[in-house]
Amino acid sequence: MSAITRDEVAHLARLARLALPEDELDQLAAQLDVIISAVAKVQEVAKGDVPPTSHALPLTNVYRPDEVRPGLDHDQALAEAPAVEDGRFRVPQILGEEE
Amino acid sequence: MTELIRLSAAELGAAIASGETSAVETTQAYLDRIAAVDGQIHAFLHVAAEKALDQARAVDARRAAGEELGPLAGVPVAHKDVFTTKDMPTTAASRILEGWQPPYDATVTERLRDAGLVILGKTNMDEFAMGSSTENSAYGPTRNPWSTDRVPGGSSGGSSAAVAAFEAPLATGTDTGGSIRQPAAVCGLVGVKPTYGSSSRHGVIAYASSLDTPGPFARNVLDAALLHEAFSGHDPRDSTSVDAPVPPVVEAARRADVSGMRIGMVKELSGEGYQPGVLQRFTEAVELLESLGAKVVEVSCPSFTAALAAYYIIGPSECSSNLARFDAMRYGLRVGDDGTRSAEEVMSLTRAEGFGPEVKRRIILGTYALSSGYYDAYYGSAQQVRTLIKRDFDAAFQHVDVLVSPTTPTTAFRLGERTDDPMAMYLADLCTIPTNLAGNAALSVPCGLAPEDDLPVGLQIMAPTLADDRAYQVGAAVEAALRDRWGGDLLSRCSYAV
Repeated sequence: MSAITRDEVAHLARLARLALPEDELDQLAAQLDVIISAVAKVQEVAKGDVPPTSHALPLTNVYRPDEVRPGLDHDQALAEAPAVEDGRFRVPQILGEEE
Repeated sequence: MTELIRLSAAELGAAIASGETSAVETTQAYLDRIAAVDGQIHAFLHVAAEKALDQARAVDARRAAGEELGPLAGVPVAHKDVFTTKDMPTTAASRILEGWQPPYDATVTERLRDAGLVILGKTNMDEFAMGSSTENSAYGPTRNPWSTDRVPGGSSGGSSAAVAAFEAPLATGTDTGGSIRQPAAVCGLVGVKPTYGSSSRHGVIAYASSLDTPGPFARNVLDAALLHEAFSGHDPRDSTSVDAPVPPVVEAARRADVSGMRIGMVKELSGEGYQPGVLQRFTEAVELLESLGAKVVEVSCPSFTAALAAYYIIGPSECSSNLARFDAMRYGLRVGDDGTRSAEEVMSLTRAEGFGPEVKRRIILGTYALSSGYYDAYYGSAQQVRTLIKRDFDAAFQHVDVLVSPTTPTTAFRLGERTDDPMAMYLADLCTIPTNLAGNAALSVPCGLAPEDDLPVGLQIMAPTLADDRAYQVGAAVEAALRDRWGGDLLSRCSYAV
């Protein structure tokens, strides 16, 4: 049985906001099947009572002094935008039209 | 001019300081070299000739005014295109950031400038630092100066190729699973992954934030230490930055002594799947360490065998989250915004067109590993493996000062050889990944050419967290002994050597 199906890959691509063409989905499904089967090895090694490590450093909340420092100005923030209108980021429609 | 680019970074810094040469003359010599050979190597995505000469003139002016400058003032450096630079484009070798001009400098960039280093340009890499060959660049591959039909390693392959081809004396890189040590090994250079958090991630385009670590490339251990010291240290703008002094790496590189040191050979990082010539040079390097007075023992780190699997869950998981920022709204590419499509459709089209195949593969793999129903089995288990690997390191460092292994299982492979087989590509990081998962330091130093293909082999030296200096000390001792044996540097045997 394969570790991942083509339909699952299509679903994951939707979740990840990747509009993938059919041929890319086919190729990815085959490759991910191999990769997922290989990385499943972690399940053989990991044991129930081992605590997880999410990070190499045992850091909890890190604070820095609350000082005002210069940030980007308006023009700098907009300088690399794909589209600008009236000094703002212009974006495609986000909400559906209200009838 | 050839004489100038043959000098080490330390020698160059001294020659500039004494007035024997100038930052401008040195920078021009390197720009000429880039113009002469980069057409064949393609180490650079962007060469900033005019800006580099401006920086060099500024250093010369500061010196003329009597200012006291650091040991690398006026020395050129090639900068990986993953670091933001406010006066040069920054793309991470992705189409989605083509032509992007960041509004700010990375901390590493800022510190290079403060130290008077001259940034020659931005180097090629695997897109978003995902890969082991630099073939995943959206702008075409880089070639290995030792053999131009081979890869220069990756993801920092532009940086390694630039230094090996004498297009720069120094280069920066980032190491998430081996992206500095592996390209350094296959190009015959010194490359270092510092302790996680001791070099700043601020302004480093993120791949896997719990692993990404900036570090140096150089032609010798001392030069690497000088660059390491120039850009490392606590940064309040990086929330995972370590607030501790930089280990005394330059001093350690000068000490170059292993007498009385205890060195552990990692049993799990050798044997089947390793190229015979790599193992031969590794074994010789271990014998050399013994002859220099170190006590060598074999150490078992059983969980290392699951490191690759854990990494290819953790790395992609973090990447799927980090790369969500590329939403086509505030910067970068936007595709299909014709007035009829929703933001979500535009986002999906842009990401499909802007990301290359490996990036998409890792985003989907990470999305899978983090989805409900699979989270515990994959991401959860991988995090447990991470704990076990840390414990293996901790146990080993109770008995030995450093651990050694080959840096890579094979020498540089051929361009195209592994592009259709992601798992084969991932194996290039087999020996380097455990250190990333545990967060400690490791250095790769050249230890010879494999007899079967005459390509460089790297010796990896792993040190405990914040004991980076130990790796430098051992690396420098190996380097000095081999230089005596060979009558010069390994790199002098490369066809691009000057």
